[in-house]
Amino acid sequence: MELLLKNAALLNPYEGIDIAETDIVISNGVIKSIDKVKNQDSKYFRVIDLSGKIIVPGFFDMHVHLREPGREDEETVKTGCLSAANGGFTGIACMPNTDPAIDSAEVVHFIKKQAENNLVDVFPVAAATIGRKGEVLSPMAELYEAGVVGFSDDGTAIKTAGILKRVFEYSRMYNLPVIEHCEDDSLSGGAMNESINSTILGLPPIPSISEELIVMRDIIVAEYAKANLHIAHISTQKSVEYVRTAKRNGINVTSEVTPHHFTLTDDMLKSYDTNYKMNPPLRTAKDVQEIINGLKDGTIDCIASDHAPHSLEEKESEFEYAPNGIVGLETSIGVTLTELYHKKILTLNQVVEKMSSNPRKILNLPLPSFRIGSSANFTILDVNEVWTVDIYKFKSKSVNSPFNKRLLTGRAVGVINNSKMFYSGEMIQIS
Amino acid sequence: MPLSSRHLLGLQGVPKEDIQLILDTALTFREVLERPIKKVPTLQGKTIVNLFYESSTRTRISFELAEKRLSADAINFSVSGSSVSKGETFKDTIKNIEAMKVDMVVVRHAAAGTPLFLTKISNANIINAGDGIHEHPTQALLDMYSIREKFGKIAGLKVCIVGDIAHSRVALSNIFGLITMGAKVSVCGPSTMIPKYIEDLGVQVIYNIDEAIQENDILNVLRIQLERKAREYFPSIREYAKYFGIDRARLEKNKKSIVIMHPGPINRGVELSSDIADGEHQIILQQVTNGVAVRMAVLYLLGTVN
Ligand SMILES: [Zn+2]
Repeated sequence: MELLLKNAALLNPYEGIDIAETDIVISNGVIKSIDKVKNQDSKYFRVIDLSGKIIVPGFFDMHVHLREPGREDEETVKTGCLSAANGGFTGIACMPNTDPAIDSAEVVHFIKKQAENNLVDVFPVAAATIGRKGEVLSPMAELYEAGVVGFSDDGTAIKTAGILKRVFEYSRMYNLPVIEHCEDDSLSGGAMNESINSTILGLPPIPSISEELIVMRDIIVAEYAKANLHIAHISTQKSVEYVRTAKRNGINVTSEVTPHHFTLTDDMLKSYDTNYKMNPPLRTAKDVQEIINGLKDGTIDCIASDHAPHSLEEKESEFEYAPNGIVGLETSIGVTLTELYHKKILTLNQVVEKMSSNPRKILNLPLPSFRIGSSANFTILDVNEVWTVDIYKFKSKSVNSPFNKRLLTGRAVGVINNSKMFYSGEMIQIS
Repeated sequence: MPLSSRHLLGLQGVPKEDIQLILDTALTFREVLERPIKKVPTLQGKTIVNLFYESSTRTRISFELAEKRLSADAINFSVSGSSVSKGETFKDTIKNIEAMKVDMVVVRHAAAGTPLFLTKISNANIINAGDGIHEHPTQALLDMYSIREKFGKIAGLKVCIVGDIAHSRVALSNIFGLITMGAKVSVCGPSTMIPKYIEDLGVQVIYNIDEAIQENDILNVLRIQLERKAREYFPSIREYAKYFGIDRARLEKNKKSIVIMHPGPINRGVELSSDIADGEHQIILQQVTNGVAVRMAVLYLLGTVN
């Protein structure tokens, strides 16, 4: 079965590929040729004209909350994968704060089973401690064997420096990163960032130092334990500065930021719209500016959505009682292209690094290749399409997005992976 | 001239003309309260729900009285804190109340922003009777009314709000309202109870209560929460009373002419000593009476406009 993709641009920075227009033949999911094809359209089972579109290595979101097991009403592995495909991702890492938590090989196998035969590759991140309670180490070796790509107590930071040190030491044996949600809960517990806005809105404040303290603690312990530390959803000016300095000092630290943290500020909360409630909270314009600097200079390695589906009943409530988090898989690429690429903060090469190769490198996963004979793992971008976000078109089970009705420029129009193509809302088997 | 909004959610951003109008209207209702028959037919046929998600006998009674004096049909709907999480959602409760065709909702809730949320799911006029640590606009309006009654003006006066500013909806509404009306506002309390960015609101911060007494015309003294969680912000009640409490000796040491206000209920011997709470400086009971008149004015202005 051969598929012909015509007139596409091809861009893969780490393989030095940058072709303005070519045709690609994919045979049973494998790249057969990259070259102009003469008019023989009838020999292919499907021909798709990608004029004006750019094929890049499949994008990867390393911070996704699938709610299975536990809250299948909000998202399942299947709906999460469909949401990812619709958003332009061919791979995701799913965080362990499910119910039960991903702290045993059984749960890892269960998730992998749910993700079988899917276009989107699903890589579980395991809890660092049993039940994410910060007391007893999870069976890290067994979890490694079961195929997890990292350890995290996401939702909270690993409770104490003592446990953290042991998690670092143990994970080092398998060269897996420890992904930290940086928050000192003796300082947090509020509903929004501490600023003049939290005073005006009467919402209990979360000071930025709640994040920064743990970023510093983790950097210090990571250096001592010679481990790989990955800072999840970085959100404050000083956090970015601390990570920058640590990188300069040769410490193995990487970081990610969400599209909402480089786009929105706590000014948005004036509506008390719970779709602006997340953890870490939206910060100030100064923080956003430093995050932009960090994206530019490489302090921030990845863009990840922190996709966090929540039911409408739970989100449509009093602000202080609403759960934290927003869905992001289906807006992440659009917001990134609009806010970073079109505003000339990042080049398209850099966007590909931060959304495709860097997350895979951090998780020790192979990078998609455009070489003949490689299996096709593509994201197809239309960087100029102007579109309006409509939460009711999401494939996710949940609709809690602050970007609803936002006008964006650029999106993923399709993905190819595992001998499947998702294009124009249609799942196509290509082998 | 009507109010510029059909709701009263807070005093932030409320124009001076609106506050002026409410205070002027309250003056006429204040006279009604002195009559033998303290009732006017102004809101006859209107249904008002007092939706209290947090118990507050004083505020509820004040609203209820105001509603009755205006001849409105008042319904009390109280939800105790514990049943909130288990029972129907806030949205469902509102939809139910809405289906009963009510005209106005007076809402008290422990979560900030709830009155604004209500405006999005209900067509009734919404009056905030206190939302979390956000605003309590009718309290600030009655405070301003009482100040105007005492001094004949608000502009140019120096008002200091004393106590736990960080967790007080009374403080925030007073700050917004008083600044709009041209008063000079300061706050005084332990630094753990002063919001980090409060000065950005145009408010001066004073940590010394003697200085606050010397420099102000009015002290609006807040009630200190005595529960354990609130007490994490200061070492002990004894220490609070010693360094921020107001008693006669302290007033005499500084100066005599000062007006003391308090939103009630008072912790005697903590923020105010008994001789001050009952003394010649305070206007605390006038505040209570004025509260009914001010709430009548708010209900009348919102209920007859649209
Ligand atoms: Zn997190």
